[in-house]
Amino acid sequence: MTKQRDIYLTEVALRDGSHAIAHQYTVEQVLAVAKGLNDANVPYIEVAHGDGLAGSSLQYGLSRTNEFELIEAAVSVCDQTKVAVLLLPGIGTVKELQQAADLGAKMARIATHVTEADVSAQHIYKSKELGLETVGFLMMSHMAPVEKLVEQAKLMESYGADIVYAVDSAGALLPHQVKERIKALKQSLSVEIGFHAHNNLSLAMANTLVAIEEGATRIDGSVRCLGAGAGNTQTEVLVAVLDRLGIETGVDLYKMMDIAEDIVTPILQVPQEITRDSLVLGYAGVYSSFQLHAQRAAKKFGIDSRDILIELGKRRVVGGQEDMIVDVAAEIAKKRQEVAVR
Amino acid sequence: MSKMKVAILGSGNIGTDLMMKLERSDILQLTTVIGIDPESDGLRRAKEHGYEAISTGIEGFLERPELADIVFDATSAKAHLRHAKLLEEAGKIVLDLTPAAIGSLVVPPVNLGEHLDQTNVNLITCGGQATIPIVHAINRVSPVSYAEIVATISSKSAGPGTRANIDEFTQTTSRGIEVIGGAKKGKAIIILNPAEPPILMRDTVHALVEEGMMNESEVTQSIIDMVNTVQSYVPGYRLRTEPIFEGNRVTVFLEVEGAGDYLPKYSGNLDIMTAAAVKVAEELAKHQMAHKVV
Repeated sequence: MTKQRDIYLTEVALRDGSHAIAHQYTVEQVLAVAKGLNDANVPYIEVAHGDGLAGSSLQYGLSRTNEFELIEAAVSVCDQTKVAVLLLPGIGTVKELQQAADLGAKMARIATHVTEADVSAQHIYKSKELGLETVGFLMMSHMAPVEKLVEQAKLMESYGADIVYAVDSAGALLPHQVKERIKALKQSLSVEIGFHAHNNLSLAMANTLVAIEEGATRIDGSVRCLGAGAGNTQTEVLVAVLDRLGIETGVDLYKMMDIAEDIVTPILQVPQEITRDSLVLGYAGVYSSFQLHAQRAAKKFGIDSRDILIELGKRRVVGGQEDMIVDVAAEIAKKRQEVAVR
Repeated sequence: MSKMKVAILGSGNIGTDLMMKLERSDILQLTTVIGIDPESDGLRRAKEHGYEAISTGIEGFLERPELADIVFDATSAKAHLRHAKLLEEAGKIVLDLTPAAIGSLVVPPVNLGEHLDQTNVNLITCGGQATIPIVHAINRVSPVSYAEIVATISSKSAGPGTRANIDEFTQTTSRGIEVIGGAKKGKAIIILNPAEPPILMRDTVHALVEEGMMNESEVTQSIIDMVNTVQSYVPGYRLRTEPIFEGNRVTVFLEVEGAGDYLPKYSGNLDIMTAAAVKVAEELAKHQMAHKVV
């Protein structure tokens, strides 16, 4: 099974996709998906709450199943695929990292807002100490200029990260912006560079190809687009496209398509497509996991979810600030009422 | 009324902000600021204001221990471990503003009364000072089974200490939510936001009360009362909107604007720590002085 891979894919449906199904994964679903991905020879799969380890909360949504049970389940059916976990400092701690490593996770992705890399030092050190392959994951990378992204990526490299990702959490980056970012990272860092897309503006595939052209060798995808917002680069499609381009992923295309069709589609509560809300996420530059929360708040306050998302974008809200959604919705509703009274 | 002599250990942002707040105290007499860098802005200001400015660290102070009976430690968690021992041996009362949390955790409007005889008092974290009073206010009406707080602070107001030890923030704050706030289970999240101009500190408290125990009007009143109490020592502490109820869940949105003493107004997170520290020290001092008279 050891084909030489040009690109190492990480399938994120069991983490990023958790947002899309309001963190309702069951052990059976994770077993089925993970087993399929292992058989398809996907090198890495990420398993955790959508907001990473310890993300289960009133703020982000409570997990139906304890994520450590899900991680354990995934590990139990993977004999070639490595299980990765995500950790956002400020939400999860080194304690959860240790627990994930004890259960057999082999990769830790430590995620911060694009300008806040220095909060990841203690977690990157710990991850390395635990012997995990360690990724620095710079989220919302559309919100900082290229030089800032490079500076922060270098910090993560200096803490010991083996790989650094530019993450387009809002699906807001345009292809030329991806190009300049990945190019600059490749020039300035000696570790491998990765890219994580969201398809809110229908650019995930285009952006991913640009990233690969510029030298990114670690790429995220979600099967059937099962990720936050409109999902990520669709993994099975990416495998096909890269095969056509003569770029080896080592992943079995037919098996990937079958997982999408037979295992993942039934998990989806609604099909993953670019709806008006996910489009607005990309357009306004807002964290993709805000979508369902904004829809709920819009319903509660009788307003348009797009107005909430646009306002959040204007305020330059960052990932994790889900509490701002209700706050902003309440404010919009109140303003409307005042205008109506006048 | 005679005042009690105090010293500030640490001449950085927090120490200097404390200095400006202590100038207004009727109970505490700041005599000394202790640092390790004679060129620091904090020590320079201390000298200008007529205080003893010791630039040889805690050892310099211990050569002249008569300068203060109460010491505020505004250094770092690691340094505090050493300071705590030395100051205890010297018989000083210590107010710890680092996340070391070796002494009793105190939130003034909730449990200060229980700790007036302590010699090492810890102020938990900024997020703890802002939210634990609210958890307590809910819990005293409707028992809280779970409370979760989200503190969002401007990137500019998060110093290198906070950044290097962000896990200590979440862990110490969760512990405070349970032990002092009264929640059966607590959780804390911290988010840094780099927006310019910097945002004010925001805190959100999500709480679940025991099934069937939510008393919306009394919980709301209890929260409003508590906000007023905190405002008495942190004037920029306020509710952003009415509490939002959904079955047995309540969400409270708070905002903390700093007093703008030394630190800018957006640094409500730092202001609430220094304000709480002064409040606690004043109460400890009153207690000590009353005790001595008897």
